[in-house]
Amino acid sequence: MKHLEKKHPLAIRWFHWVNFPVLMLMIWSGILIYWANDVYRVGWGNHTLFKFFPPAFYQKFNIGQRLGEGMAWHFTFMWLFAINGLLYVLYLAFSGEWRQIVPGRGTLREAFQVVLHELRIRRAPLPRRKFNGAQRIAYSSVIVMGALSLLTGLAIHKSIQLSALTSFFGGYEIARWLHFWLTIGFCAFFLVHVLQVARAGWNNFRSMITGWEIVSEPESAQPETTKAAK
Amino acid sequence: MTNETHNDIAPEISAAPKPSDAQNADAQNVETQNADARDDTRDDETRSDEKYAQKPGAPRSEGGYFSGEEKGEKAKSELSGDDAEAQMRRMSRRSFLWSIVAVGGTVGGVKWLSSRRLDSGVPWPFRRVLQTNEDIAREILAPRRLAPTFARSQIDPIRTNGLIGLDDWDASEWILNVEGLASGETRQLVMKEIKALPRIEMITELKCIEGWSVVNHWAGARFSDFAALVGPATQSGQSPDVKRKPDDVLEYVGLETPDGGYYVGLDTATALHPQTLLCYEMNGAPLLPENGAPLRLVTPLKYGIKNIKRIGTIRFAPQRPADYWAEQGYDWYAGH
Repeated sequence: MKHLEKKHPLAIRWFHWVNFPVLMLMIWSGILIYWANDVYRVGWGNHTLFKFFPPAFYQKFNIGQRLGEGMAWHFTFMWLFAINGLLYVLYLAFSGEWRQIVPGRGTLREAFQVVLHELRIRRAPLPRRKFNGAQRIAYSSVIVMGALSLLTGLAIHKSIQLSALTSFFGGYEIARWLHFWLTIGFCAFFLVHVLQVARAGWNNFRSMITGWEIVSEPESAQPETTKAAK
Repeated sequence: MTNETHNDIAPEISAAPKPSDAQNADAQNVETQNADARDDTRDDETRSDEKYAQKPGAPRSEGGYFSGEEKGEKAKSELSGDDAEAQMRRMSRRSFLWSIVAVGGTVGGVKWLSSRRLDSGVPWPFRRVLQTNEDIAREILAPRRLAPTFARSQIDPIRTNGLIGLDDWDASEWILNVEGLASGETRQLVMKEIKALPRIEMITELKCIEGWSVVNHWAGARFSDFAALVGPATQSGQSPDVKRKPDDVLEYVGLETPDGGYYVGLDTATALHPQTLLCYEMNGAPLLPENGAPLRLVTPLKYGIKNIKRIGTIRFAPQRPADYWAEQGYDWYAGH
């Protein structure tokens, strides 16, 4: 027996799909800015495992010599990113949707089980709720990361007027470093998110667009429970 | 991937109510009445299918979500089997048409933005936003706020960057031209007159717009002391009183290298800030030519691009002066 079940409220779908291109533009313009002082890497001492970013990357995406352009886009779309994010958080708070996302007791344990399940180590089925523990942690984290991106961005952008904020993040240089790694975090989230959505399938993806999901209930569920009860 | 697309019956046919649906009608009616009370706009999505229009309980893909219908329990459609899939197909079709419009609109919007007429090196909509950002910053932030200062132990080595306007240097010929004065005349100052002003030392962070920063020790005269000495023209036309009526000084200051190759514009509030110096010493030694000898501007309130080296002319002006980098797509204000 199949039926339609409401999954994602219209407001959240809007926030999500507005955020997607805006965040992409923020990351792209951020890279145009970062190019002008591309000092971060993964490594230790004289060993560099990966440099952000290799010359080939800049060449491929035509990143070089576009600092001014990057700043113009960044300081324009920051408004959309901030307003959309703020409205999203307010909506979560006032609609009660936050209950679906904010981790609670046992979330960490569940998230661990989900990871084991995803890695095919654990067989037991995932909980049938809107978001499992791993999703809760991931979706809460990106909200916190978004807020931190805004705050570290402000700490860099208005480092004198908001010097208290800048010192809170450990100074101008560290605020920039944090801002950069938060962006890398968003990229990592994006990759995993897209991968997981692809794995979850069409019905799930479609629900982020229409709001509804087709749910199949096993018809034999009733007798089996009765049996189990005996 | 999908378990419902195998159904090859045309949506119009499968959407027709089947006899078995009558059993669900009551339950559907309950929900639909609520839905109708909330929202009368459902016609637009049922128009394509007359039969559906009479069929209550069709879940609506839009509307009513802000009314708290989902609080507590999950919204559920009582449609079953094929009907659920047919209904989903209809909603999907509509939603995905919207998606195409949205994607097209976004791509078109971005293309539109990037192809606008350039206003000083950047498409004009961005110039407007930068201007708005500046207005907000000047309106709500405190221009007199002091930049953090650092300890001697935190001083970095000098990092030289940007040699535009520093060609052809003859120390013996240097003189500072000052324009836009209350007297209406151009005044010329020599180094001795600058050095006669109170000497200020500070250790502040210079931030390059490229994204790096260095803490340096600077020594020089406060720009505000210099302004009080030369007497800039005022907005009111009255005689200048830089210390007591700084807001009456003409709104902008333009600075240029002797050869005119590099030039910056500052708002007067920044120029008169106590940490804005006409600097002649850096890290305990006289300025080197590549760092702006004999006299440069230092202000921790602005990116390095505004900290002009080798000043040849200072001009008080009622309008925004030209600015080398602002002409090439950068924010004119460039302030922290």
